[in-house]
Amino acid sequence: MSNVLVLVDHTAGAVRKTTAELLTIARRLGEPVAVFVGEGVTDVQAALPALGQYGATKVIALSNPELTQFLVAPKAEALAQVAAKIEPSAILISSNAEGKEIAARLAVKLDSGLITDAVDVVAADGGAVTTQSVFAGNFTVRAKVTHGTPIITVKPNAATPEAAETSPEVEEFDVTISDAAKTARIVESKPREATGRPELTEAAIIVSGGRGTGGDFGPIEAFADSLGAAVGASRAAVDSGWYPHAYQVGQTGKTVSPQLYVAAGISGAIQHRAGMQTSKTIVAVNKDPEAPIFELVDFGVVGDLHKVLPTATEEVTKRKS
Amino acid sequence: MKIVVCAKFVPDATADRRFRPEDNTVDRAGVDGLLSELDEYAVETALTVKEAGDAEVTVLTVGPEQAADAVKKGLQMGADAGVHVLDDAIHGSDAVATSLILSKALAKLEADLVVFGMGSTDGGMGVVPAMVSERLGLPAVTLGSEVTVDGQTVRIRRDGDTASETIEGTLPLVLSVSDQANEPRYPSFKGIMAAKKKPVETWSLADLELTPEQVGGSSAWTEVVEVTARPPRTAGTIVTDEDGSGAAGLVEFLSTNKFL
Ligand SMILES: Cc1cc2nc3c(=O)[nH]c(=O)nc-3n(C[C@H](O)[C@H](O)[C@H](O)COP(=O)(O)OP(=O)(O)OC[C@H]3O[C@@H](n4cnc5c(N)ncnc54)[C@H](O)[C@@H]3O)c2cc1C
Ligand SMILES: Nc1ncnc2c1ncn2[C@@H]1O[C@H](COP(=O)(O)O)[C@@H](O)[C@H]1O
Repeated sequence: MSNVLVLVDHTAGAVRKTTAELLTIARRLGEPVAVFVGEGVTDVQAALPALGQYGATKVIALSNPELTQFLVAPKAEALAQVAAKIEPSAILISSNAEGKEIAARLAVKLDSGLITDAVDVVAADGGAVTTQSVFAGNFTVRAKVTHGTPIITVKPNAATPEAAETSPEVEEFDVTISDAAKTARIVESKPREATGRPELTEAAIIVSGGRGTGGDFGPIEAFADSLGAAVGASRAAVDSGWYPHAYQVGQTGKTVSPQLYVAAGISGAIQHRAGMQTSKTIVAVNKDPEAPIFELVDFGVVGDLHKVLPTATEEVTKRKS
Repeated sequence: MKIVVCAKFVPDATADRRFRPEDNTVDRAGVDGLLSELDEYAVETALTVKEAGDAEVTVLTVGPEQAADAVKKGLQMGADAGVHVLDDAIHGSDAVATSLILSKALAKLEADLVVFGMGSTDGGMGVVPAMVSERLGLPAVTLGSEVTVDGQTVRIRRDGDTASETIEGTLPLVLSVSDQANEPRYPSFKGIMAAKKKPVETWSLADLELTPEQVGGSSAWTEVVEVTARPPRTAGTIVTDEDGSGAAGLVEFLSTNKFL
């Protein structure tokens, strides 16, 4: 069976859920081979159980320090070298900013077609056929790569991780990084404080606040916490400095597709919809009955979020305890 | 310094966007279009750099006849010159082919600083800047939310998922900016009048030593096999909180749908 490369998304060996999703998808297409870029052997060992749980048949470890010191160009170079040796039938990468940039460079290096932001990937027509959501979620497109090694970036939640226990061997792989790839570097990095809430793009439930919060995200966060949800924000709230940009939902923020999306004090502008329209269930709280967000909802409350959310939070907490 | 802004002409997001039934490509000709809003931030960045020093700003677009409007808008905002790559064979190009055309044009323009938007508002892949950087062998600093150009050094702040990073590179370089980077200016009346006299060149594929086989739909490395319009959402239940029952209704809905 053919090999399918999966670039592992992790922090210091802690494998992210998206990688389990990629491995699950890779098994539909062939034998998953995980490519792990890290600081050293300890990280790979830490990641190994998770990679084995979801069916990685082999783990290729790349631990050249230059891979993490510089921006993405060296990682793309390394992956190209791995691909040249393994000759995979497809390469799967997480659809985040870094993943997309690696994929873009890889497409040029390997003379291959690239599909980004797949929300599903299946084996059909003798290859991978992807599903993407385009034009603010108004269209669904199925596509395939017709030239070279299909390179596909896959969005979080594109598959439900299915375990398939293996005990993968680790293969150290030596890469050579060109000087050209080392030209842009990270000079400072301030880690964001952990909120303890689920990752926005991976969350099953998201509660988002907009301009209607008037700057107080307290009721949004409290309601989110009662539901075990992630917190999101509209651009108006982000631009006002009320919530960090990393939590912005929409065209220029994150595209999310949770089971439940709650929009509070958000009007529902097209650019916001672009990021949340494909959510399974949509709920809105807005004091304006004419707000366009109500066109999308499964359930809507016309009212003041400062009254509705705290009462709802209390009720949810009561029912859950 | 020679700055080139890559700016795309896109279908208006607030109008009816659609696909051409015959080949599943984005309909760019039959709909209203404009300079991609996200590329206005790139134009603004270039103009800010120019105003702080000595630079010439060229707006470069690849697209159909109407795409000349994207160049025009850039000139009205204050760019000095425009280049429009126009060729029937370009229709249907994907990101890989677009990046090839752009990189040939950028090489010809001998750009020191190439500025991109964070993604086009139609295709929205956000991959063309990295592809161009790869093709030209230039460093790339992407998705800048704050940009400073200091002599030969370009420094950006990027708000990533897990950290806020400062990234640095040296000219010549490829830069892409997010919609956090600045507040794009509106063309002034003077700007609109001045734009009419600014030089715009139209280049064909032959001018870039490219052949029709290298670009366009026939060479696209991806193929859309099916396009489906999303079915309209069925109208939901809407209640008012006038009598204070809104929260109870909401919680009941969440409970019925097993979210609690
Ligand atoms: C290039 C570009 C990219 C963009 N990208 C994004 C993006 O990624 N994400 C995004 O969100 N936007 C984006 N926007 C902005 C978008 O167009 C809207 O301006 C923005 O989404 C509005 O945010 P909002 O709904 O919070 O604010 P508003 O549109 O001002 O709506 C506030 C809503 O709150 C309601 N309200 C007020 N008080 C209360 C209360 N007490 N209780 C309940 N309801 C209340 C009001 O009735 C109103 O409907 C983008 C715009 C551009 C031009
Ligand atoms: N046809 C084009 N002409 C000029 N610039 C483009 C074109 N397509 C993409 N770009 C540039 O590349 C960026 C990213 O585009 P994309 O990868 O399509 O999302 C855009 O913001 C533009 O700056």
